[in-house]
Amino acid sequence: MVELIKALTETYGPAGNEARIRQLLKEMVKDKVDELKVDALGNLIALKKGVGGKKVMLAAHMDEIGIVVNYVDEKGFLRFSAMGGVFPHTLVGNRVEFENGVVGVIGVEKLDSPDKVPGFDKLYIDVGAENRESCPVKVGDIGVFSRPLVVQGNRLIAKAFDDRIGCAILVKLVEELKDCPHDLYIVFTVQEELGLRGAITSAYGIAPDVGIAVDVTRTGDTPEAPKMAVSLGKGPAIKVKDARMVSHPGVRQALIRAAEEEGIPYQLEVLEGGTTDAAAIQLTREGIPTGVISIPCRYIHTPSEMVDLRDVENAVRLLRRYLSSDELWV
Amino acid sequence: MLLKELSEARGVSGNEEKVREIIREHIKPYVNEISVDSMGNLIALKKGDGSLPIKVMLAAHMDEIGLMITHIDEKGYLYFRPVGGIDERILPGKRVLVGDKAIPGVIGLKPIHLLKEEERTQIVPAERLAIDIGAGDKGSAEKVVNIGDYATFDVAFQELGSRRVKGKAFDDRAGCAVLAELVKEQYPFDLYAVFTVQEEVGLRGAKVAAYAIEPDVAFSIEGTVADDLPKEKDVSPTTRLGHGPAITLMDRSFVAFHPLVRLLVEAAEAEGIPYQFKQPLVGGTDSGAIHLTKKGVPSATVAVPCRYIHSPVSILSLDDFENTIRLMKAALKRLRPEHLKIE
Repeated sequence: MVELIKALTETYGPAGNEARIRQLLKEMVKDKVDELKVDALGNLIALKKGVGGKKVMLAAHMDEIGIVVNYVDEKGFLRFSAMGGVFPHTLVGNRVEFENGVVGVIGVEKLDSPDKVPGFDKLYIDVGAENRESCPVKVGDIGVFSRPLVVQGNRLIAKAFDDRIGCAILVKLVEELKDCPHDLYIVFTVQEELGLRGAITSAYGIAPDVGIAVDVTRTGDTPEAPKMAVSLGKGPAIKVKDARMVSHPGVRQALIRAAEEEGIPYQLEVLEGGTTDAAAIQLTREGIPTGVISIPCRYIHTPSEMVDLRDVENAVRLLRRYLSSDELWV
Repeated sequence: MLLKELSEARGVSGNEEKVREIIREHIKPYVNEISVDSMGNLIALKKGDGSLPIKVMLAAHMDEIGLMITHIDEKGYLYFRPVGGIDERILPGKRVLVGDKAIPGVIGLKPIHLLKEEERTQIVPAERLAIDIGAGDKGSAEKVVNIGDYATFDVAFQELGSRRVKGKAFDDRAGCAVLAELVKEQYPFDLYAVFTVQEEVGLRGAKVAAYAIEPDVAFSIEGTVADDLPKEKDVSPTTRLGHGPAITLMDRSFVAFHPLVRLLVEAAEAEGIPYQFKQPLVGGTDSGAIHLTKKGVPSATVAVPCRYIHSPVSILSLDDFENTIRLMKAALKRLRPEHLKIE
């Protein structure tokens, strides 16, 4: 599992340029599914056929947050904008990596007041270029945080657990799942960080009976954290609601039942800010009963996100149990 | 010149009829079918010869930003709200035309003699401004203006300097004029030229038009921001006037389909057409609605750079305008099924 997570988190794949992470995922699942296709937005859709059950869409987004170069100045420094929820206070001194392997350092202009967080207009990226002409990065190129995975006991630290950890869970599930009665559409979506865009078109195309998104959620277990009743290591979270959706109560109940029958620890998630692909899936066509399994994650949308491996493994178990049942909502 | 006629036509979001009629008359000889849908989108179909059995949608929006009259006071002043993205700083002192009868008016302002020190640096919010149409009282104003009437900026189209023109509403009448040229060509595929409504208030026309057409690929043609005046820092000009059509890589509303961006660049280079990339993540276009339609539509946006858009008057380069037509023709000529797929 850790090897799988390492490969997924360390692979380049920002929102809007998911080609490389899509290829990796394709390699990982292609021998274990019945059909594989890429749709018009770039979503990777794998079908694992069941035996006359329901059509289930399982979604994890393969894109990660990043920065896009909007200008290369005369001296070869890059100006940039955020692709998704990137915040300036996480940036100065950090490294970003582009698709061609070039690494850049994020620098900051002279500050008027050092105790105020500078905005994007004060930041730039230095790739060591001597001028515009020799700069190996061009306008429109997208960079991602440059960080390897670190394993410390049960805790893992990496960039892009949001949502490569969801991708890892779905890959593992495809490997392990036997005798599932349902047609499983495993969708690795694109552009979630830009507004759930991949989920909108893939859910329309699939028209599933049930949707489940697998993504990360915040925790409230760090010093002076905003209050939230989710902690690292206490089990996968079953979403009740977030900023843009209320989980289908019957799906939520079926997920809780699966956890309890299997003796898997779980937490209930009420997230005030943020959402997942489930919000888009739920409102597709006539409406789709939709739920979410969330992996508790600290420091989301920073270069160093942290999850607990036990929560990840328990999420795989929970989904395996849930999907083996004929009854996907109660 | 169609661009002049379209620039001077009045059509704020939700009231595009006059623009629609000009375009309809202009393109009628060149297309097979013309329809208007329930939102007011003008949809023209030019059938292909069947050798490339796909549907290509080209979209340009007919609507412009403007004002809507919300209240007439006892003295006959017209109060209004902006329709679309209007910068409140530029409103005082502007000439406008109100309603279908095009009643001339002026957005009033306090003369500088009477301004207090602090008022000189303050922006007067739009809801405190009023249009003066010279009516003496409410009754005489109501004879010529109704609540809900639209007001447009009163600006004449004019040639400026060398190969540049000024006028209102180049966003997106420039795109409409480009599209009206493109329908004159014959293509191997079915071309749906869609002149959309209500783009400025949320890409509304494009959304339903794309749903009905179900295109295999779509291009939006726009008039976009050129911010190429001298700056204190060496930062992006968004686009530059005279440097060619601007190809969008990504904006706030969508990420351009990579194979289509490659097609546009290859077409420009093969035919020696200048082009530039628009600064990423600025603005949004009809492509934002189109690409998320049904199972998803490969989409791209090409734009004519315009200075001062969303103000009463903008400036564009006729070279950029003509090169946008050339670029789109060159790209459509080279469009193949492989440009609609990603692996």
